[in-house]
Amino acid sequence: MKLAGFLLLLAGWAIVVAAVVLLIPANARVIFVVAGVGVEMIGLTLVIRSNPLAAREKE
Amino acid sequence: MPITEIVLVILLILLAPFSVAGLSLINTGLGRSRSAAHCLLTSLCIFAVAAGVYVICGFAWQGYIGAPAHVIVVAGRQWNWLARGSFFLRGIEFDGAPISLAAGLQIFSVGLAALIPMGACLDRWRLSAACASTALLAGWTYPLFAHWVWGGGWLAQLGINAAMGHGVIDAGGSGTIQAVGGLTALALAWILGPRRGKYSLEGMPTAIPGHNAVLILLGCFLAFFGWLGLNSAGAILFTGAAPGRIVLISINTALAAGAAVLAAVLITGMRFGRPDVSISANGWVGGLVASSASCAFISPLAALVIGAIAGALVTYSVEWFELHLGVDDPGGAISVHALGGIWGLLAVAIFARFPAPAVDIGGGLFRAASTRDAGQALAQAVAVATLIGFVLPLTYGLNLALNRIWPQRVAMEGERQGLDLYELGGGAYPEFVTHSDEFGQFR
Repeated sequence: MKLAGFLLLLAGWAIVVAAVVLLIPANARVIFVVAGVGVEMIGLTLVIRSNPLAAREKE
Repeated sequence: MPITEIVLVILLILLAPFSVAGLSLINTGLGRSRSAAHCLLTSLCIFAVAAGVYVICGFAWQGYIGAPAHVIVVAGRQWNWLARGSFFLRGIEFDGAPISLAAGLQIFSVGLAALIPMGACLDRWRLSAACASTALLAGWTYPLFAHWVWGGGWLAQLGINAAMGHGVIDAGGSGTIQAVGGLTALALAWILGPRRGKYSLEGMPTAIPGHNAVLILLGCFLAFFGWLGLNSAGAILFTGAAPGRIVLISINTALAAGAAVLAAVLITGMRFGRPDVSISANGWVGGLVASSASCAFISPLAALVIGAIAGALVTYSVEWFELHLGVDDPGGAISVHALGGIWGLLAVAIFARFPAPAVDIGGGLFRAASTRDAGQALAQAVAVATLIGFVLPLTYGLNLALNRIWPQRVAMEGERQGLDLYELGGGAYPEFVTHSDEFGQFR
């Protein structure tokens, strides 16, 4: 799960970079940057939850 | 640069080492007495390795605005991603040129960034492994991100290339120094695991208090002097702030730290009946961290608000990391530096104002704008996204790979004896009986 989380972090960052580099309209850029950050947050959540102590606390 | 400005910047740069000294004392005080000497010696070694590796290759890859760099052409625009300097600072004339001043400041900045993870790894990080990890941070992770923000890289170019405000603004290093160090601290805390006896079998944390409050609080005062130098020199060298802004920067730095420590004192006083020394000290440093990015471009009132929020953020997040996320961070490095640094970057978007004369870098790097620009918020958000989505996986991967070939955590026997005896053969307080194990069942 930790590996998946880190891959999502990188994927979210790639979405942000692509939005900044490739998109011109400001609205589209904002939407995709926010989407990229959202993907990053999902990845970060997975990484955090993969910590055995955090997972045990959730049970 | 005029000679008077050169002398001024040099004096500011010479204040920066106080931040390293202050943080070293804070970390030592927050750790256990059985590892005090080891903590300080490791701090010295970390600084030495960071400075050495940075001179060898770090500054070559960080570079400075206008220096040769590797670029990628995408969508018809050039995106600068890595500097193309010479190793060992070759080719740099130390005649007061801005690049030479930047190299001087960066030696201390990278030392500070490398020292931050020590706060999260107290009492269990081997000296040799700390040096190896520092080499990775100083030689690669730090220079890469610092180039993107301070060296004319793609984050700084967001203003010119993508009409996003002035590009990423980070005067004193909330992102480049503090967040990079704090996220490395998080990665190492995950890799090392918690201290022996920190969590019970049920997963409940046990309090392991710091051993010397005087060291912690003295470190806070020293760190303040260092931050004055970092913020002021960084604002002049990396955002083109006018020297006259130093007074505003100093006022804002002091106000942010003061508001943060008062917030932490009030909150811990209300929650626990008495103020907590270690959390309040972390609050003070959190205020310094949060003030760094925007110090040259905010009003004193904004500095108070930024500091107060930083203090509250640190106070609650220290507990959140320990209790809910299962991350053992004795020095509060993750809360103070990672979260504080990220808040500092975002605060630029909310509070900073950029009158045209305040931001003036040769080469047209910064897009001139005399009013608040909504694109600035997006630029700062992109910087935060880069820290979380790229720097964190990078530093975690590098340190995980290092851990495979060079184990970072000391043996359990070493942790029981204390790192002073186990790694150094002698304690910091040899005349006192300094510890007794009081733990019951633990993991």
